[in-house]
Amino acid sequence: MKILVCISNVPDTTTKVKFTDNNKQVDDAGVQWIINPWDELALTRAIELKEDGNNSIDEVCVINVGLSKCDATLRKALAIGADKAIRIDADPIDAYYVAAQIADYLKNNPFDIVLSGIESSDYNGSSVGGMLSEFMDCPAISSMTKLEIENGNVTIHRAIPGGKQILELTTPFVGIVQKGITNEPRIPAMRGIMMARKKPLEVLSAVEMESLSHIVEFELPVAKASCKMIDAEHLEELVNLLKSEAKVL
Amino acid sequence: MSVIAFAKNWEGKFKKSTYELVSYAKELAFRLNTQTLVLSIGEVEESELEKLVQYGADKIISVDDSRLNILSSRIYAEVISQVVNKEDASYVILSDNNSGKAISPRLSVKLKAGLAAGVLDVPKSLDPFVIKKQVFTGKAFAYVQIDSEKKILTLSKNSFGIVENPTSLNLVKFTPELSDDLFKIKVKSVESSDNKIILADADIVVSAGRGMKSADNWQPVEDLASVMGAATACSRPVSDDGWRGHEEHVGQTGKVIAPNLYFAIGISGAIQHVAGVSRSKCIVAINTDPEAPIFSVADYGVVGDAMIVLPELTEIIRNGE
Ligand SMILES: Cc1cc2nc3c(=O)[nH]c(=O)nc-3n(C[C@H](O)[C@H](O)[C@H](O)COP(=O)(O)OP(=O)(O)OC[C@H]3O[C@@H](n4cnc5c(N)ncnc54)[C@H](O)[C@@H]3O)c2cc1C
Ligand SMILES: Cc1cc2nc3c(=O)[nH]c(=O)nc-3n(C[C@H](O)[C@H](O)[C@H](O)COP(=O)(O)OP(=O)(O)OC[C@H]3O[C@@H](n4cnc5c(N)ncnc54)[C@H](O)[C@@H]3O)c2cc1C
Repeated sequence: MKILVCISNVPDTTTKVKFTDNNKQVDDAGVQWIINPWDELALTRAIELKEDGNNSIDEVCVINVGLSKCDATLRKALAIGADKAIRIDADPIDAYYVAAQIADYLKNNPFDIVLSGIESSDYNGSSVGGMLSEFMDCPAISSMTKLEIENGNVTIHRAIPGGKQILELTTPFVGIVQKGITNEPRIPAMRGIMMARKKPLEVLSAVEMESLSHIVEFELPVAKASCKMIDAEHLEELVNLLKSEAKVL
Repeated sequence: MSVIAFAKNWEGKFKKSTYELVSYAKELAFRLNTQTLVLSIGEVEESELEKLVQYGADKIISVDDSRLNILSSRIYAEVISQVVNKEDASYVILSDNNSGKAISPRLSVKLKAGLAAGVLDVPKSLDPFVIKKQVFTGKAFAYVQIDSEKKILTLSKNSFGIVENPTSLNLVKFTPELSDDLFKIKVKSVESSDNKIILADADIVVSAGRGMKSADNWQPVEDLASVMGAATACSRPVSDDGWRGHEEHVGQTGKVIAPNLYFAIGISGAIQHVAGVSRSKCIVAINTDPEAPIFSVADYGVVGDAMIVLPELTEIIRNGE
């Protein structure tokens, strides 16, 4: 079995987001790029499954739709343990465009399991995994918190509000990964970094594909008015303010 | 041209977020000078469906097939797209919750309709169609233009509000064509955690961080939550260390929430934490350190030891009830 992990290249979570060009472009200056946190968890779980002898997973690949600035992030994925990386060389315009590119790749390169993150921490679309499953015409597991494979049988947990479902299904499917799928994301070790240099990073040209939306402009939130401090000895004042001023209690 | 709102039910009942969704769909339909259709999938009693009339549903379409009582994004997307095509609707609105997030991308591909996820407002302009959404987990907003003829929006909770706009009941049934092949995923079992208030739905959230010092110190947090009927939440290190379950983790890599009132107790206010709660209407911070960054995003602050402040606050609220 083969697993494909979709990787979104996003600004480090500590980044103070800024814009240039009249709020039309994200300011890249000084931004550290990382693997989207959920994609890192998905990749970690895929590698764990490959290492575990109880199943027949023999290949873990990563794929990204992006420009060459994403290569460093793909190299990191290889260093963590992916066998092969694919980059579809395009400036992604919207989630539909990204999913369509990956779906096109999958037509000639089938995988049994495709994993994506629940959300990309940049554009917060929560879309690519679901779109991909529709292009592939296969089931998608949203909010997947557990993935076990034993002798070809797939068991999955899906988080639902206030609990979880335990599911059984057959491949192919798209798993949309939520926190809990594994404990800790793996960090590349020295040996992994050395080995990553020899692993293939294939760059493919994009196919002609339309996008359905685009961003016109960005905006930063307005700063909050200053915080009203309440003396810890007079907490009834806080309760009164919450009731009469903020009207939230 | 019409607007369709997908009204998800939970065991046959709608939630406040459903009423907000219908209110929003009505406003959009009003601006577009068209009809507001509301689609319900799965078995829901007529008295429950009728409640949607209060918020402006011109027509309610009910697909009351018992096989559809459990959500499957694949089947629901198929049903919605059949209704969209039959009604020749141009706009589909879903709530930006688990189910909306699961269905809308599939629907987008089926209908070749551009999707704006997590919209925060009515459109800035209708032609071209431009709408405000959250990006970078609350650190910024983007105005997205949808270029396709059909359009899909998922609405962020607490971004529009519930608006009454009564119409009269016009209820129709619809029977979709569904192949057996679609019913492939087998749900072996469902486990629900105890009867706690669901974080994503809660109007009030009491959240605590590493400042509580140990998992054993959570009783005051639970007590404050229970006296207000609030849900509990926590910062990431608290769930990473297993003090609380993962489902309580809020922030950039956890749940993004927008309650009316958010208590941040013993939480320093790291950028990744704040990203997940910044859309709360009102934030109260309780922290021993007057310099803690959480105070710069809070509306009200108390400098003090949570182990002392929380029990007192709980008492005051309990006595004021
Ligand atoms: C208006 C607009 C402007 C953009 N501008 C830029 C830009 O300037 N520079 C830029 O690099 N990108 C840009 N993007 C693309 C963006 O980074 C995403 O790749 C794409 O839009 C999907 O975002 P999303 O939030 O919908 O992803 P989501 O649907 O939230 O992502 C979910 C999962 O899908 C997978 N995934 C998401 N994106 C990719 C990808 N590109 N390749 C492989 N897997 C992926 C990951 O597994 C991720 O966890 C832009 C997107 C939009 C909508
Ligand atoms: C990639 C990445 C993603 C992340 N995502 C998230 C996320 O989604 N959510 C998240 O929360 N974090 C996230 N973090 C972690 C974040 O950076 C912070 O480390 C974390 O939020 C800190 O948690 P805390 O506020 O509980 O603890 P601390 O920062 O240790 O703060 C504890 C606070 O408690 C106060 N305190 C101490 N004693 C008391 C007392 N007796 N009474 C009252 N107050 C007291 C202290 O003054 C301090 O302000 C992420 C980090 C990374 C790198």
